[in-house]
Amino acid sequence: MKQLIVFIQKEFLHVFRDRKTLLMLFGLPIAQIVLFGFALSNEIKNSKIVVVDYSKDPVTTQLIQEITSSQYFNVTRGLPSATGIDAAFKRGDIKMAVIFPEHFSDDLIRTGKATIQVIADASDPNQATTVTNYLTQIVGTYNARLAQASGQPLQIGVQNRMLYNPELRGAPNFVPGVMALVLMLVCTMMTSVAIVREKELGTMEILLVSPFKTIYIIISKLAPNLLISIVNLCVILVLSDVFLDLPVKGSILLLFFDSILFILTSLSIGLLLSINAKTQQAAMMSSLMGMMLPTMLLTGFLFPIENMPLPLQWLSNAVPSRWYFIVVKRVMLKGLGFSSVWKETLILAGMSFFLFAVSIRRFKTRLQ
Amino acid sequence: MITLEHITKTFSKGSVQAVKDVSFQVGEGALFGLIGPDGAGKTTIFRVLTTLLLPDAGRATVDGLDIVKDYTRIRERVGYMPGRFSLYQDLTIAENIRFFATVFGTTLEANYDQIKDIYQQIEPFKDRRAGKLSGGMKQKLALCCALIHQPRVLFLDEPTTGVDVVSRKEFWDMLGKLKERGITILVSTPYMDEATRCDRIALIQKGAILSIDTPQGIVEAFPGKLYAVRSGQPFKVLQDVRAYNGTQTCFAFGEALHVTLATDNIQGLSGYLAGKGYQDVHIEPIEPSIEDCFIHLLKD
Amino acid sequence: METVIKTDKLTKRFGGFIACNALTFEVYKGEIFGFLGANGAGKTTAMRMLCGLLAPSSGDAAVAGFDVYTQTEKIKRRIGYMSQKFSLYDDLTVTENIRFYAGIYGMTGDSIRAKTKSLLDELQLQGEARTLVRELPLGWKQKLAFSVSIVHDPDIVFLDEPTGGVDPVTRRQFWDLIYHAADKGVTVFVTTHYMDEAEYCNRVSIMVDGVIAALDSPDGLKRRYDCGNMEDVFYQLARNAKRKAD
Repeated sequence: MKQLIVFIQKEFLHVFRDRKTLLMLFGLPIAQIVLFGFALSNEIKNSKIVVVDYSKDPVTTQLIQEITSSQYFNVTRGLPSATGIDAAFKRGDIKMAVIFPEHFSDDLIRTGKATIQVIADASDPNQATTVTNYLTQIVGTYNARLAQASGQPLQIGVQNRMLYNPELRGAPNFVPGVMALVLMLVCTMMTSVAIVREKELGTMEILLVSPFKTIYIIISKLAPNLLISIVNLCVILVLSDVFLDLPVKGSILLLFFDSILFILTSLSIGLLLSINAKTQQAAMMSSLMGMMLPTMLLTGFLFPIENMPLPLQWLSNAVPSRWYFIVVKRVMLKGLGFSSVWKETLILAGMSFFLFAVSIRRFKTRLQ
Repeated sequence: MITLEHITKTFSKGSVQAVKDVSFQVGEGALFGLIGPDGAGKTTIFRVLTTLLLPDAGRATVDGLDIVKDYTRIRERVGYMPGRFSLYQDLTIAENIRFFATVFGTTLEANYDQIKDIYQQIEPFKDRRAGKLSGGMKQKLALCCALIHQPRVLFLDEPTTGVDVVSRKEFWDMLGKLKERGITILVSTPYMDEATRCDRIALIQKGAILSIDTPQGIVEAFPGKLYAVRSGQPFKVLQDVRAYNGTQTCFAFGEALHVTLATDNIQGLSGYLAGKGYQDVHIEPIEPSIEDCFIHLLKD
Repeated sequence: METVIKTDKLTKRFGGFIACNALTFEVYKGEIFGFLGANGAGKTTAMRMLCGLLAPSSGDAAVAGFDVYTQTEKIKRRIGYMSQKFSLYDDLTVTENIRFYAGIYGMTGDSIRAKTKSLLDELQLQGEARTLVRELPLGWKQKLAFSVSIVHDPDIVFLDEPTGGVDPVTRRQFWDLIYHAADKGVTVFVTTHYMDEAEYCNRVSIMVDGVIAALDSPDGLKRRYDCGNMEDVFYQLARNAKRKAD
């Protein structure tokens, strides 16, 4: 028994003397509470929606007023043409379109029923459901008031159309998210570990003291991971087509091109992490802690970025997977072409070249 | 071939002084030994010379090239065997050699004659993974990998540490043969007895050089006479000899004590010991070993 | 003479490979027993069996009077162990290390305090009581590690190459400590690669290819093999070893 106490005492000493781990042990829960409590939420506020009013009568005006004043929506008026709405959805500018047909209040008074048309972007089915529910709630409340005031049983219906994902399956949202996560983690971790392993073995010393150019060392470390990642990508795409019924709607070539840019970015991050890590364990820890958390939280597939506090939104701009996620959703799910993702592609290209250049420059050709 | 001038290196922002103002030279074709215990600074000096570390102060050249300005050219032409025989554990002997040959832009076939003497001893096992080799074989493999590109200068950092006695002897025989081919060799070792197999040695402790000379020169520089005191009970006699007021230093060396006396009065000591009841005590002058010299230099 | 270690045809097999082959020997109380052998000869395996860390394949052995098959926990209480690789916890202070090991070996509060003080005095480390072990010079670490390994006054202490890489002066100071311990009745079972240290032992055994090729006092061995020193004796026995490749 005494031995046990002595041993436990010693373990406490070890833990408290390891400053770095201590920081993580106490810092992480606090960070998480702050993040999850204040910054991240599943609530969706200020969703951009479009409201089109073909009727322009007192009922629609009032209802639209309610919708506009709600904190859940950020309303744009107009865009009367169908193609305009379609394009806005494709670009991801709006999450929902609310359309009041002609003679809305006339229909309501005469037949006791009128229906609002709602179109929602269901590529994130949770978001779509939430947003349409908010709308239904507002409409329902207004409906009840109106019915009471007028003394008649009036019914304002809502007809939902879920775009891109009518069955509201989860796969269209999480497959792109998983792609981003997997590629990011595999590349970062494997690359950083591969380089640090040479350092630990001592063979890095011999490689450095040789005519072998450093750039070759780097390329040879990156090459297998690049190949493995491409294979992984193919496997994920095939699996999602065969088992999840989620084929690539757009250009596969474009998808691969952007994927390779993203892979290069992740590989470069792995390189950077390997430069300061002294042990394989440290390399793994820093890539897991350093990359997994931001990737999961700030990519946009678990928590919508638009609803985060501004500083986090700015931060998410620096997370490569966020841009890749957009590209995958647009190309794979919505079948869009280069013209819709040129901005994101450019950002990814810029990130990958920048990080690659920086990591090569900082790669230590000496031991210190 | 190798020169160091006032090389100083510290770590941890100056709190650890690994190498303090070290200067020495190694002539072409010489076998030079850097002798000292763990932590003396041997590996740091090697890393500075192979351009893996930048010194805080001082200059050094290898084959006429400056370690700071011409480091790429130095890296192309030296052979380096770092401590712990850094080899790829999951590659076979043949694969390791082929890899290092390629890294240096050459092939095993082109240089086979050069490493034949050593390689033939491990060739029968060439398909065995490096991780499964004994210490002695790892040593030989690492040496082959360092020699494969016919370097003119070889840096061997503690190649005999952790290896059995027989392999150690064989290794030094191999080094002797390499020296005959005109290769300049800088070796470090914690084993004092290996010092005698070098042309010249530098004794180093705690980052500072204690002495540089040929082994014979260092031995001759030992001040005064050294005596070996042999008796049947080394430990007891150690206490008593230390207590004797004519004794300057007294250290255990296996079955004998190595003693220096204030006035070289052997009779006095043997009389004292007889008085303590020791029979059969032999005292005779001996030539100091490198270890004796090292211990003596440590006292200063 | 009292026997503290007694083995009878002690054998260890790993699959088809016989690491230790029918080892039979005795070690007496208060002896400094040198256990030599080349790498791969089977030394470490033998030591592990005697410490109760590895079960033998066949044969018998008793350490401090306890059987190595059935009474390993009792053995562990009566022995100490120190090796070159393992020593002390780098991120604990000198005092914390002493107190920890004393506690692990079953010592109680008062005796721990007394022992800590006497240990610090003996090694002249009073000023470093609160220093983290990682900041001690190597030589001091080794000496401290040895003292800690015998903090509970064990019957036998096993030392696995305790002086590797240490400077010559500290090495001898270390052996002073070993002598003192042996004087007090602790049996010392030590392996080393330094042949001059073999001379400090009362008796030496040399393992080659899994068997004990020779066992005698250093003088006895030198006479038998007609050599001037232990290094030549060792070399004669080891150079014909077949296990160089493994």
